[in-house]
Amino acid sequence: MQRIFKALVAALWFMVLCAPIMGLLLLPDGTASFRWQRLAVLGTGIFFASLLWQWYFEKKERGERLFGGKAQAEEPVHRESLLRNKSFQRISLACVCAFMIAMPFIPGINSIYQITIWISALIYVMLALGLNIIVGLAGQLVLGYAAFYAIGAYTYGLLYQFFGLGFWVCLPIAGIVTVLCGLALGFPVLRLRGDYLAIVTLGFGEIVRLVLINWDSVTNGARGVSGIPRPALFGCPMNMQWSTTYLYYMSFLAVVVTIVVITRLKNSRVGLALQAMREDEIASEAMGINLTQVKLTAFALSSAWAGFAGVLFAAKTSFINPSSFTFWESAMMLSMVVLGGMGSILGVTLGALILVLAPEYLRAFADYRMLLFGATMVVMMIFRPQGLVTGERRHYRISALERKGD
Amino acid sequence: MEAVLEVKDLIQDFGGLRALNEVDLTINKKEIVALIGPNGAGKTTFFNCITGIYTPTSGTMFLRTPDGAAHALNGMKTHQITALGMARTFQNIRLFPEMTVLENVMIGRHCHTKAGILQALLRDRATVAEEQDTVDRSYALLETVHLAEYWDETAKNLPYGAQRRLEIARAMATEPCLLLLDEPAAGMNPQETLELKRLILSLRETHDLAVLLIEHDMSMVMSLSDRIYVMQYGSPIASGTPEEISKNPEVIKAYLGESGNA
Repeated sequence: MQRIFKALVAALWFMVLCAPIMGLLLLPDGTASFRWQRLAVLGTGIFFASLLWQWYFEKKERGERLFGGKAQAEEPVHRESLLRNKSFQRISLACVCAFMIAMPFIPGINSIYQITIWISALIYVMLALGLNIIVGLAGQLVLGYAAFYAIGAYTYGLLYQFFGLGFWVCLPIAGIVTVLCGLALGFPVLRLRGDYLAIVTLGFGEIVRLVLINWDSVTNGARGVSGIPRPALFGCPMNMQWSTTYLYYMSFLAVVVTIVVITRLKNSRVGLALQAMREDEIASEAMGINLTQVKLTAFALSSAWAGFAGVLFAAKTSFINPSSFTFWESAMMLSMVVLGGMGSILGVTLGALILVLAPEYLRAFADYRMLLFGATMVVMMIFRPQGLVTGERRHYRISALERKGD
Repeated sequence: MEAVLEVKDLIQDFGGLRALNEVDLTINKKEIVALIGPNGAGKTTFFNCITGIYTPTSGTMFLRTPDGAAHALNGMKTHQITALGMARTFQNIRLFPEMTVLENVMIGRHCHTKAGILQALLRDRATVAEEQDTVDRSYALLETVHLAEYWDETAKNLPYGAQRRLEIARAMATEPCLLLLDEPAAGMNPQETLELKRLILSLRETHDLAVLLIEHDMSMVMSLSDRIYVMQYGSPIASGTPEEISKNPEVIKAYLGESGNA
């Protein structure tokens, strides 16, 4: 009975809350008409949703599984889940790769429009994976990641505009420039962590954007840099379809390289040190880890990836201006990392793909896009705060155990 | 006897508060020394000073490495001191909770391995070999603290006593010549305390280890240590063998108050 009462209150509350937006229709002649029907539907929906919600949490509190009996008190140490199954991993990886390679030639989805969407999705995968180094592995909350992205893009744009340098020359230069910027930001914030670091990096992001807007003589201000060329294949001119396809393959290759590099990094001695720093800075220092060095390494690596992605972005759009690098971009990248699961490479990749592709393919629901986005985030944070993919764990071979097994 | 750690006239001020007042302390090779005193006496502050977490106001600290060279610890960073051969555990356990038991110990090998970013990316033969060596040594250390069967478990899932032992294994992975234990038996039952005592004694024999421990469990302190230092209000008030300390009137006064109103 109490449950039903609670649900009724929730439903009424929602109806009141949404009445001005959903229940009122302002007519051009200045009068308003009420749409009671809509409100009633909303109320009924919320009523049942609320009941479901309460049922779920009561069950969760009692420690029961959602479906079927009580949860076991202790989970077995070695879970053989589908994700850890080697052959399943290989097959799915091969399928994904095959699809990605064939994508520009599959009729129906190989229009320039579609390929461009996928290029930007791949660029965001790179960005999210780069941000994952510093946020997910090293545990440093950086909110101004778009600044490095902007620096990378502008490095290419400006070097082309003033010196006529091409894509392949600018790619490493942009990497170096963003690493230097990452170090420049890293040094002063070595002692900061958590929310303080977040605020400083947020400020850094804004500074970069404002410099780009106001340094008119160099960056051309808000008008941006235009006419940036796409990379050429051995100097051959290509038509639009082919150059887009070429850029798509390059982005795909860049993502593959990123994934390989970051996987290796994560599993290395340096990666372990990064993760130790995330877990406990004092303990990791007491275990002989040079925090200064490790933190700067994380900043440098992470910003380098944003630089590479920036160059690709500039090549893709051939026009850049400061409005592409607002705080919203940084927030999106952080959302991808958090949604996917901090530290998990598969998770962050999925997170980036979902957050870029879903809005594109949900254009039919354009009006409700942001509503859905917000609701998804809230629901995720309540039910799965650790992200989509967790518990990605490295498998170690122990010689002593293997000898015993023989 | 050769001193492993030699601390002279160590003073640590926090604003107007003198947390450590002219502390002298020496630990010899393969010696187990206990540091006791009432809460707030400055024992953990002393640990933080010699491990470089705090910068002492004045005083000298020397650590003698097994090769015989004496290193001044003043002004050194924590990670450098660890690399020299002083490892510690923490009063409130500070493991890396989301990492596996094995990985926790592997972190301890950090200062004895070299692979950088380039090696991580190339994964040449030497790097792979170094990594396998780290894994195997770490596993061997887990065997000595009886945690080998949990090697692939997440550290936070271990029971309390096991977490304490894991902290010791992690500290041992840095190959110390001096091990600092901050209340290692806190929260342990008598059986676990007994096992811990055995573990410390066997580590001393197998690794030529000197141990400095802070502990409130008096029966453990009395039966385990070769010498005891007693601190009160930041000052050392007595030192000596367990027998001497247990008869020292100053110590009895510090712990129990004046004999009249005890």
